[in-house]
Amino acid sequence: MLNIEIDGKELEVEHGSTIIDAADKAGIAIPRFCYHPKLSVAANCRMCLVQVEKFNKPLPACATPVADGMRIFTRSKSAIEAQKSVMEFLLINHPLDCPICDQGGECDLQDIAVAYGTSGSRYTEEKRVVFNKNIGPLVSTDMTRCIQCTRCVRFLKEVGGMMELGMVGRGEHAEITAYVDKSVNSELSGNIIDLCPVGALTSKPYRYSARSWELTRRPSIAPHDGLGSHIEVHVKDNKVMRVLPREKESINECWLSDRDRFSYEGLNSPDRLKVPMIKHNGNWVETDWKTALEFAAGQIKDITNEHGAESLGVLVSPNSTMEEGYLAKKLADGLGCGNVDYRLRQTDFRLDGKRLGTPWMGCNIQEIEELDRILIIGSNLRNEHPLLAQRFRKAVANGAELSIISPLDNDPLMDIAHKVIVRPNDMVNVLGQVLKAMSGLQKLSLCLPPTLTQLLSDIKVRPNTQAIAESMAGHGETYDLISPKVGIFLGNMALSDPRFTEMYSMAEAIGGISGAKGGILPAAANSTGMHMLGVMPNSTGMHARAMLEVPRKAYLLVNIEPELDCQHAALAKAAMEKAECVVALTAFKSQALEHADVLLPIAPFTETSGTFMSMEGRVQSFTAVTRPLGECRPAWKVLRVLANTLGLRGFDYETSEQVKDAAFEGEKPSAVVWRSLNNNLKELVEIQINIKQEGLQRIGEVPQYESDPIVRRSTPLQKTKYNIKPMARMCSSQLAELGLSDGDLVSVKQDKGSAVLTVKLDEHVAKGCVRVAAAHEDTIGLGDLMGDITVEKLSPELLKGDAIVPEARA
Amino acid sequence: MVTRKSAVDKTSLHKPVVMTDLKGQTLVTLRTLTEDNPASLETYIKLGGYSALRRIVTEKTKATDIITEVKTSGLRGRGGAGFPTGLKWSFMPRYFDGVKYLVCNSDEGEPGTFKDRDIIRYNPHQLIEGMAIAAYTLGARVGYNYIHGEIWQDYEIFEAALHEAEAAGYLGENILGTNFNFDLYAVHGYGAYICGEETALIESIEGKKGQPRFKPPFPASYGVFGKPTNVNNTESYSSIPWILEHGGQAFADLGVPNSGGTKLFSVSGHVEKPGNYEVKMGTPFSELLELAGGIWKGRKLKAVIPGGPSTPVMPAEAIMAATMDYEGLSKARSSLGAGSMIVMDETTCMVKALHRLSYFFYEESCGQCTPCREGTGWVYRVIDRIVNGKGKMEDLDLLTDVSNNIAGRTICALGEAAATPVLSFIKHFRPEFEYYIQHGKSMVESQ
Amino acid sequence: MLSPQAIEKIDYELTKYPADQRQAAVMSALRIVQTERGWLSKESITEIAQYLRMPEIAAMEVASFYNMYDLSPVGKYKITICTNISCMLRDSDVIVNHLKTKLSVGFNEVTPDGKFCLKEGECMGCCGGAPLMHVNNTEMHEFLTVEKVDAILEELK
Repeated sequence: MLNIEIDGKELEVEHGSTIIDAADKAGIAIPRFCYHPKLSVAANCRMCLVQVEKFNKPLPACATPVADGMRIFTRSKSAIEAQKSVMEFLLINHPLDCPICDQGGECDLQDIAVAYGTSGSRYTEEKRVVFNKNIGPLVSTDMTRCIQCTRCVRFLKEVGGMMELGMVGRGEHAEITAYVDKSVNSELSGNIIDLCPVGALTSKPYRYSARSWELTRRPSIAPHDGLGSHIEVHVKDNKVMRVLPREKESINECWLSDRDRFSYEGLNSPDRLKVPMIKHNGNWVETDWKTALEFAAGQIKDITNEHGAESLGVLVSPNSTMEEGYLAKKLADGLGCGNVDYRLRQTDFRLDGKRLGTPWMGCNIQEIEELDRILIIGSNLRNEHPLLAQRFRKAVANGAELSIISPLDNDPLMDIAHKVIVRPNDMVNVLGQVLKAMSGLQKLSLCLPPTLTQLLSDIKVRPNTQAIAESMAGHGETYDLISPKVGIFLGNMALSDPRFTEMYSMAEAIGGISGAKGGILPAAANSTGMHMLGVMPNSTGMHARAMLEVPRKAYLLVNIEPELDCQHAALAKAAMEKAECVVALTAFKSQALEHADVLLPIAPFTETSGTFMSMEGRVQSFTAVTRPLGECRPAWKVLRVLANTLGLRGFDYETSEQVKDAAFEGEKPSAVVWRSLNNNLKELVEIQINIKQEGLQRIGEVPQYESDPIVRRSTPLQKTKYNIKPMARMCSSQLAELGLSDGDLVSVKQDKGSAVLTVKLDEHVAKGCVRVAAAHEDTIGLGDLMGDITVEKLSPELLKGDAIVPEARA
Repeated sequence: MVTRKSAVDKTSLHKPVVMTDLKGQTLVTLRTLTEDNPASLETYIKLGGYSALRRIVTEKTKATDIITEVKTSGLRGRGGAGFPTGLKWSFMPRYFDGVKYLVCNSDEGEPGTFKDRDIIRYNPHQLIEGMAIAAYTLGARVGYNYIHGEIWQDYEIFEAALHEAEAAGYLGENILGTNFNFDLYAVHGYGAYICGEETALIESIEGKKGQPRFKPPFPASYGVFGKPTNVNNTESYSSIPWILEHGGQAFADLGVPNSGGTKLFSVSGHVEKPGNYEVKMGTPFSELLELAGGIWKGRKLKAVIPGGPSTPVMPAEAIMAATMDYEGLSKARSSLGAGSMIVMDETTCMVKALHRLSYFFYEESCGQCTPCREGTGWVYRVIDRIVNGKGKMEDLDLLTDVSNNIAGRTICALGEAAATPVLSFIKHFRPEFEYYIQHGKSMVESQ
Repeated sequence: MLSPQAIEKIDYELTKYPADQRQAAVMSALRIVQTERGWLSKESITEIAQYLRMPEIAAMEVASFYNMYDLSPVGKYKITICTNISCMLRDSDVIVNHLKTKLSVGFNEVTPDGKFCLKEGECMGCCGGAPLMHVNNTEMHEFLTVEKVDAILEELK
């Protein structure tokens, strides 16, 4: 510890702190623009100049490390003169168009100018004008306002992982821009809006819609991925105007993914269902709640009475709250129906009943940064968990070695030490190789169960898997880590794979040998919570997949669009078509719900209270930030009244808190969580490693801006470059083998369904695979996300005069 | 695999035109100028070149002994800052797990400075030898000579000299049959004055914009590619072989106390024979002026900028009384800088001269930090307004104030450099500025 | 596509740097491609960035920072004349005016026949030879007089 003095205040600070760190901790305000604790130090704005004893020039507080005995003056004559002169320089070319600037009222330049500026200007020359740039649908630019602090440049390079903005030109002509006519495509791009200390970068969707002081700010939790990011929802006239991150160092730090930031536009979509509707003679008719609920309850009752409780299937979105999941489960229980599930995009349920607890990510989000060795299996990180990817990026920047086993070779924008890109089916074999290599390395093969040792005996370890194993074991090029901190994580592609059980078992065994932390990276906001509450079939019930394979007479859908949210779109669609009654609790009218019989308008996360449990097991409750739109009601209330109408007992909850208490059986949530989270298996599942599989396999990724009903309706997100029509993407050698070329039209078939798609060359796809995006109307005829698929070239004659050419989506 | 040999044709080692009269000069860094083919390896060796390197590497002279010798020589950084070279060398970490770098700053672009160019084109091997000795002393494995992009023909001469030296065993692996290895490469700028600042130069070597880094950390701990790096000026490195041939004391004795050795003075502007003159430190300005043939056209001296525009301008009386060494010029309230004497005769309009200089700093500001980016443009615009007859008397105080607000508040020294001419021109020639503002035209040109 | 000749030259420059520092060669690569193609189009910069595996915007930062790179066409001969103080003191104005009149162009303009472009340069570090100019960034011409300029222009035709 060092002893210093700032403005006469004696402080003890850590070695290596800068003056600004020390001052911030002591609550001494030093003005700044370019400095940001999460970014590299640029020291370019010079606003934080302070006087330091024994130095004849003022020093930038952000870049000057403290030394023992240092005496610092932030408000001395020399410091203030320096700060005022910098302020004057910053303002000479600033347009001072505050009245029409979106940043007005929350502008660092404006605020600091009040303290350090003068009322008039000595500058009488012409001011600089900089042309605006179009950098995409999310961020709006007014570059004349820019003060060249380069926070945005540094963020995209250091946090986003890709240098998409730069400062071109030099001197007074230097300006921030993307490359020629490119846009900023980072999935974290919205953060540059928050970082910009002036109004140069503002939110395009929010632009000119409100003044910051008109907004009411309410805390909430982001509902699109398992991170549980803290958000602040800004509301005006009962309408969500924008969403900003709420600082939470251990979760989202001060960042937010674009999905969480801009999805709110979906809340205001014209698709919103505002009143209950019943289908009458094939036509949708608006009705009142009472009628709708009685109709729904009557139908469910009639069908279950006639065909038994098992004729009902309950499908719950993993983005629904714990309260909603709990009540859905309880309602099914009340009816004696065991068919409940939230695992809509899973196909392999062999581990059911074999787990010791609720699977989770196996460590804290923050811990990722400290890992030395990381293995990621079957995940397109940036697509699935955009902000979590950033934590991995930090780990790699800190020196961690990242290994990837995946059917997709997408750039995670961080250095990859080792990777094996293979067909999903072969991933199991690759994992077997890693396991075998590891057991060999550590001479611990005896510790593996004999069955596993036997399974591995035929496996030949290849150099690249050997390299991964050595990395996991801590072996290094120049020096070895004796006890590396290892993390092993399975992503969405693994979770959706028909051989998930094998992948999971292998990963668990590798983890056991390497002492790894880790687990699964579940996709949705409340996947882990749903599992913990047991929103899953009972021992005799059917899981999500079975409920569709063997269609039910009736379905109760909570917050889903079946063809878009389920693993097997075609099965989902057929099952809904066939069902006698589909009761859908939904916030949106939807083409995907055309086979429903009753639509019950529920409140999205902004209009209801509830609780999510994140992938790291954090239970976070939130309250409604606006009143429900129209006649929408919180889904927990709808489920409660539906249960009441069904005549079920024990549904007397008045508040969502009561539901939550019931879900946790009155215990402290953390106690329940502590007891429940466990990635271990009770017993080894029978697995096969080497299965030969000849045909093509589909990689049915869910694009991040198609992941749930709200996101799918956010116009700005839909306008980003990520919103591309599903295509049949293959690598060049695969195309050559099939005699196809980029731009050809093909018919892709899975099971009985098919889709006509354009062929796209994509070298990121493993040989033997076709990457066809899911959760899109063009591919709802297809089957499993990860499964067999065939591709057939369509002859031009066949296409002539036919309307099957897919239209390009603007 | 591309070999180093393929890229440059050796024939570009052309015979240069010697432009200055050698009489009255003391040649250290330009010692080959006495010969017909000064840039060739043959010439350099004939004059005793590479003997110091040979002795050091074969005798395995201790690094500390070499540093002591350099300290004794009183050699101070010839790029303008005048920092003692021996002291700088002692900052390089002795033990480092990885490659250390050596960088030569040949990016002279401060108006009036053109001395390094002559070393590169007339005596490249002395620079190469100096760098090799430095590399040996500091444990640097790789070196770069960063050459001003505008002097392309000279860049090619230097690159050819590198190949020549490597072929002869003075560079590369196992230098002169020892286990000393040092790879030296030529790299170039492409039109940015700021790259003469050592950290901007390092950024440029790394393939980035030449924006200076905030210091600390200094290059000795965080330089090229983040590795310990020693940066010296061309003339500094070129002095090293002579120092080790003749001893530090002999070099020191060439000059005056605190200013050891000789110095290359670039004399430009209103003299009869502009060019480089290598003279002993402490030589009176009047002698130097004489070597350069005196003021041209028989006119009278008005002022001199003694070390490039970043040093304060000196009126005739002051400079005529000064000696050319660090202390001599500092006593005269200016500074030796890089020894770039810009000589102005009585017909020079100081307002217009400042106008041009302020445009230079405005144009060359890198744009990174606020006071320089905004301030240099402000200063230029005000002076431009004055030159266009729209000046106001209060502009002079404004210029002084704005310049003072730039100086000392920027990341690098360009802030001071930009402020210095404004402050010193107005200080010494204020009546000329006032006249211009009052009459809307130049006092000198009106006479 | 970068020409094989350009690639050979860039590869030579790459030998100067550690293998993981390909970006370091961007200064040379931009020069090499500019010399070959006359100027640096955005396509050229993209190709260079891809070859050096660096972000395009970082290559653009460099290309736009150093003023000997030309981001728009400059004709067959780019004449850059220094007007800085030492040259100004030795009447570079006279040379500038002569060039402007003779070529009928102003600074940063290209003659209609696409042959010449006139640029104002900053200090080239050769002030002893003032006034001076260089042609296409490489050929330095010092101690200029009106007659000498005429002779040089004649040779370039």
